[in-house]
Amino acid sequence: MNYEPVIGLEVHVQIKTKSKAFCGCSTEFGAEPNSQVCPVCLGFPGSLPVLNASFLDAAIKVAVALGCQVQEFTKFDRKHYFYPDLPKNYQISQYDLPLALNGFVDIELESGAKRIRVKRVHLEEDAGKLIHADKMSLVDFNRTGMPLLEIVSEPDLYSPQEAYEYLNNLKSILSYLDISDCDMEKGSLRCDANISVRPKGEEKLGIKSELKNLNSFRAVRDSLTYEIERQVGALGVGEKIIQETRLWDDKESKTYSMRSKGEAKDYRYFPDPDLPPFIIKFSKVDEIRKALPELPKEKQVRLMRDFGLSEYDAGILVFSKKDAEYSEDCMRKYPKENKKQVANLLIGPLLSEANNRNCRLVGLDLSAENLLELIDYVDSNKISHLTAKIVLTEMIDTKKKASVIIQEKNLVQISDTSSLNISIEEVIKENDKSVQDFKNGKENALMFLVGQVMKKTKGKANPKILQELLRGRLKDA
Amino acid sequence: MQITKDTVKYVAALARIELKEEELARLSGQLEGILNFIDKLKEADVSQVSPTSHILTVNNVLRKDELKTSLKPEKVLNNAPHKEGTSFVVPKVI
Repeated sequence: MNYEPVIGLEVHVQIKTKSKAFCGCSTEFGAEPNSQVCPVCLGFPGSLPVLNASFLDAAIKVAVALGCQVQEFTKFDRKHYFYPDLPKNYQISQYDLPLALNGFVDIELESGAKRIRVKRVHLEEDAGKLIHADKMSLVDFNRTGMPLLEIVSEPDLYSPQEAYEYLNNLKSILSYLDISDCDMEKGSLRCDANISVRPKGEEKLGIKSELKNLNSFRAVRDSLTYEIERQVGALGVGEKIIQETRLWDDKESKTYSMRSKGEAKDYRYFPDPDLPPFIIKFSKVDEIRKALPELPKEKQVRLMRDFGLSEYDAGILVFSKKDAEYSEDCMRKYPKENKKQVANLLIGPLLSEANNRNCRLVGLDLSAENLLELIDYVDSNKISHLTAKIVLTEMIDTKKKASVIIQEKNLVQISDTSSLNISIEEVIKENDKSVQDFKNGKENALMFLVGQVMKKTKGKANPKILQELLRGRLKDA
Repeated sequence: MQITKDTVKYVAALARIELKEEELARLSGQLEGILNFIDKLKEADVSQVSPTSHILTVNNVLRKDELKTSLKPEKVLNNAPHKEGTSFVVPKVI
């Protein structure tokens, strides 16, 4: 039987505020365990949580950017479960009246664009952190009460790749909004995946498993690929899938069962009596909507319009906000009308340098001015594209300017005909056979001779001029 | 509403409470009594009342995003039966 996977993602993004969601403790990462806690986030009797206004504003910002309907009336609920990382024995979250509903994230696939619906966006607090030692677990409550936004997609994703694209696009939007570090390593962006399979053509959803411990977008994609195989395999031999939480083991590249998943009623949600509800005025939402920064899609369209970039090229450049700003700066400062030259350098050699170094374009620490100086050398035929790539690597490694490297290494292309002619004459003398071959109509012989001159000039001969000169010289000979 | 022993067991498991056989019997009767008492609310005519999601009439209580002094770790761990450094220690839970 043919099965198709159905995937929904829950993304948790930690909102960048100074203080926690409901108390004045610091949100600074990496402090000494239990040094950023107070009676409120530890859930001591008699303490009273009060919502952080900046948290709510940031949440509305995200909701609006994802095209959600921000609800006029919203409230907080208690979600109960017992675990050592949860000092109150409940998590402040939102249940039946979340902040916002019905948004979307558009993704690009080989088959075209696809709209992934966002079911809901709600506010909640984070739990503490457990560090597992040999025979015990250590509990640090510094993370307890950190402001989190949960973004839940509809089960609209039909492959691990679609899930991967959704996450990348969502992260891109979030990074433009500047409301979170979106750093998976620090845990400020986390993702759980719900996945089930069903026979192709079947409407009804299969039994899902929830995948946790997904520490990178790649882990999300790989774990989904594994899980589809596991579920289809189990169904194939007549086994039943049970609803459960499964942990992804990145080293072993497989998922294993953690616990059977509780049902919603087991969480015994009820309205948090400590937190009065919120009425969000349309004027407030509208104000935030008007103040939204340019988002990736809008920037992409503008780069296409302003700089004549292709949709594909612009799409790559806008992905990261800082890279997009850097790229735009480079293209704006480039004096010529046709910006394609700059875009090609950014998307080609520069991006591969960044990938090799596991960083972003801005991480290469190359100023727009220095990059443009290099481009100018290519534009004025002083160096070849090939040499430019070598200079570029050197610039990033040594932080030297292009002009300095080109001078030090004597890389300027020889376009001067008189000095090229000397080398040409020598090569003609030394390669009589090839000269004859060319005259007898062997076009390949010319390329051999070009190569010989290149050797003599240590690769610095301007290839176009060299070829013209050589061809002309052989005609006369 | 009838509360069986199984229901009590189930709720006890959610609350991480271990109950003896005689406690199960006693509590099922008590819980049933409590729920039946609460069922009296069903007699009230609420056809003209909109659903309440909160008992207070105030709303939009917010605070500015400002730091307040946190507790000192020594104080936080003062009552902890087990600790290591400034962390609480619990039985291994994974």
